Amino acid sequence: MSAAIKNLLLKIADDELIIGHRNSEWTGLGPILEEDIAFSSLAQDQIGHALANYTILQKEFGEAEPDVVAYLRTEKEFLSCQLVELPIGEYDFSLMRHFLFDHSESCRYELLLKSSFIPLAQLAKRIKGEMKYHTLHADLWITKLGAGTEESHARMQAALNEAMPYALGLFETSDYEDELISTGVFVGENALKTMWLERIAPIIEHANLKMPDIANIDPKFGGRHGYHTEYLQPLLSEMSEVLDLDPTTKW
Amino acid sequence: MIRNDNIYTILRTVMDPEIPVLSVVDLGMITDVESSNDGITVKMIPTFVACPAINVIKTNIKDSLEQAGFLGVTVKLDDSIAWSSDRISAHGKEVLEKFGLGTPVQIDGVLDLKQVETVNCPHCGSPSTEMRSIFGSTLCRSIHYCNNCKQGFERFKPL
Repeated sequence: MSAAIKNLLLKIADDELIIGHRNSEWTGLGPILEEDIAFSSLAQDQIGHALANYTILQKEFGEAEPDVVAYLRTEKEFLSCQLVELPIGEYDFSLMRHFLFDHSESCRYELLLKSSFIPLAQLAKRIKGEMKYHTLHADLWITKLGAGTEESHARMQAALNEAMPYALGLFETSDYEDELISTGVFVGENALKTMWLERIAPIIEHANLKMPDIANIDPKFGGRHGYHTEYLQPLLSEMSEVLDLDPTTKW
Repeated sequence: MIRNDNIYTILRTVMDPEIPVLSVVDLGMITDVESSNDGITVKMIPTFVACPAINVIKTNIKDSLEQAGFLGVTVKLDDSIAWSSDRISAHGKEVLEKFGLGTPVQIDGVLDLKQVETVNCPHCGSPSTEMRSIFGSTLCRSIHYCNNCKQGFERFKPL
């Protein structure tokens, strides 16, 4: 039982940590000041959410302290999906990834409100309102740009087509799926995916974008089992560059 | 016997580092105070999950109570309660406006776009305002513009 919950906590936290760091790469580079601030705020929120989940792992299961888990593991030990590790690309891609990922995170926490694992249910309650700001921000810009000029529309459609196989990879099942479902900890990745598709489809349509043919896309799986793209290791090295100089130092 | 009133009087002097006129009590961060012969336990909740000020606030609460002569002070995070802007007191909202920040509307557990956009200007009181950005200079603020007095302002977000 605890192995199943640990796996769930770790993949949620790893997703949040990695996308948080990717979002932070927009700090100082945002296309307009407000978006620079927005992506910096999204980064701060996500890394905070990751910390909250790593803290549950430490408190409930005796795992190492959050900084150790976050910054001193090998690439193979990360259970984040491949969507979050991809480079920030151009703004259209980062925005589309933010839209696709944050809706999944929002749905996940809504489902976790009813989790039989109380620490996660309590955390979900605290995070729910914050995710609303994330998805409102994403929806606003997806709609503005998707239904904007010819160029903005084309860019958002291309970004959606490019990101979708990776976004579907987010719902890769673990070996603990049945156990999590039968014990009421989590309803499972397939139920999450269904809810997510229902949530994003109307917004994509409202933004004049065309939903890719989901049934004929091969999802980019692997991340949940530690198989990553060539982009994760350089990011992990960068994240822990200072800490690696002396992991025992006091900050 | 220690009276909780006295403890709250001290807690009202502990301010949010990002809004130094708003106390942790008015912000609704304090969930419980227990005093016994062994000491005092203050239970508190952070506002936003990623609030970077939480450890500073914990230390400030402990230091303030100890400086006021209370012994055996423990400050604990209370995971069982989720913070909401609905917890900010009426006095807290007055203080926020005087500080130049728009105040959050009541959300009663459900947050929607209208609540996020709707705010009276803290300078002139006009309801004719527009949201410019959902994210502001700190996690708890959004950016707005007043059509009446033509000034930009920040707002403490409803959550």
